[in-house]
Amino acid sequence: MSNPQQLRYSKEHEWLSAAEDGVATVGITEFAANALGDVVYAQLPEAGTTVTAGETCGELESTKSVSDLYSPVSGEVTEFNQDVVDDPSLVNSEPFTGGWLFKVRVTEEPADLLSAAEYAEFSGN
Amino acid sequence: MSSTEPPHASPQSRRTALDALHRSLGATMTDFAGWDMPLRYGSERDEHLAVRTRAGLFDLSHMGEITVTGPGAAALLNYALVGNIASVGVGRARYTMICRADGGILDDLIVYRLGETEYMVVANASNAQVVLDAITERAAGFDAEVRDDRDNYALIAVQGPESPGILKSLTDSDLDGLKYYAGLPGTVAGVPALIARTGYTGEDGFELFVAPGDAEKLWQALTDAGADAGLVPCGLSCRDTLRLEAGMPLYGHELTTDLTPFDAGLGRVVKFEKEGDFVGREALLAAAERAGQNPPRVLVGLVAEGRRVPRAGYPVVAAGEVIGEVTSGAPSPTLGKPIAMAYVDAAHAAPGSAGVGVDIRGSHEPYEVVALPFYKRQK
Repeated sequence: MSNPQQLRYSKEHEWLSAAEDGVATVGITEFAANALGDVVYAQLPEAGTTVTAGETCGELESTKSVSDLYSPVSGEVTEFNQDVVDDPSLVNSEPFTGGWLFKVRVTEEPADLLSAAEYAEFSGN
Repeated sequence: MSSTEPPHASPQSRRTALDALHRSLGATMTDFAGWDMPLRYGSERDEHLAVRTRAGLFDLSHMGEITVTGPGAAALLNYALVGNIASVGVGRARYTMICRADGGILDDLIVYRLGETEYMVVANASNAQVVLDAITERAAGFDAEVRDDRDNYALIAVQGPESPGILKSLTDSDLDGLKYYAGLPGTVAGVPALIARTGYTGEDGFELFVAPGDAEKLWQALTDAGADAGLVPCGLSCRDTLRLEAGMPLYGHELTTDLTPFDAGLGRVVKFEKEGDFVGREALLAAAERAGQNPPRVLVGLVAEGRRVPRAGYPVVAAGEVIGEVTSGAPSPTLGKPIAMAYVDAAHAAPGSAGVGVDIRGSHEPYEVVALPFYKRQK
């Protein structure tokens, strides 16, 4: 497994892209997707929703379990990934690309986001 | 992200004879009833569909084998279990249950009659000790020996429409003569095995009981023989969705000590007409009468109209009232929708009952009541 260098990571196993015009993309890591198993349902935050770093903003459901989705940053959601809602298996097949979950206009970022190397050490991958 | 049910493997768990092989195949392992078992190797959905359309290979060595032998073996099992075990022919198997004196289900079992005076009882891993203790205690006064054979068997299942062809290439045993719920001793890939035509998937298939030392050789031979037919290794995750689609109960979910076989809609396994007394008889007669006249709750199937998945313990609702509880739920790979089994009040149990839903973490999602099973194979 390789975690893209240009992303940053939360200890809840979300990734966050560098912001473009203040808007960053959020997804879950390959490590997390593998741990979940086949994702069958995604409830993602709607555009306009205010999300808070470390608080739940949706859920991902796999064959065996339901997992809360946490936002790695605070801000306002600008868009969610309709492709993932239509075909949740994208989270498993392309966790870092086509399986992104939502985009957020960042207002505040926690200080403890991890680099790819730090996340690799944290998750053991 | 945080999972409510994270897959995990405890370091104290017991390991099967195939443990190293599972790890070499990259299996995600999970603790199941004190055993470290493969949950899945890759995608559980793909494993499920392989069993429905081709073939799958399972390590089920956690199941608990108990051997009962002696001139009084049949009489003992007739007394200890609710079925008519004495009537099972040599080489045949029977699905049955063991109950407490109050009628509560201790476990559901498959009993194989290996000889005139020899039976093998296969219990769920989580209940194997309870079943062993109960049969041993109930053996007092019978001319029979009860033996704990849990460590003497590994169990490998090959399930799916391609499984007869795969197994045929590895054995001289007459598989065409081996009916569903039959078992015979034979040799598979040079390994002595009890070959049983049983399973927990709703497909045709076989369960092979072998010495643990032979398990790896047999697994490898089946893997090679099944490669062209599309056989894949399968974990417990898809075993659960396969049995759920087939409407088969799972102990701890549809079956518990709080329920009698009649409460679970499985009263047919109780044979009052058999010779002699059996543990639970009085209570089960009363339970049969109650179920015949005024059943409190009925086990039904539920099919989702939406995509959110019901889980065990979620309330079933109608018109804002709780009318039942989900016992098992999962996304069904065959139906492409979430499905569940649930106990619901008899008034809402008829297929097509209107206005039934499941409370999924606070939101009432509409569900259709259907008759079980969800899936039945074409024969």
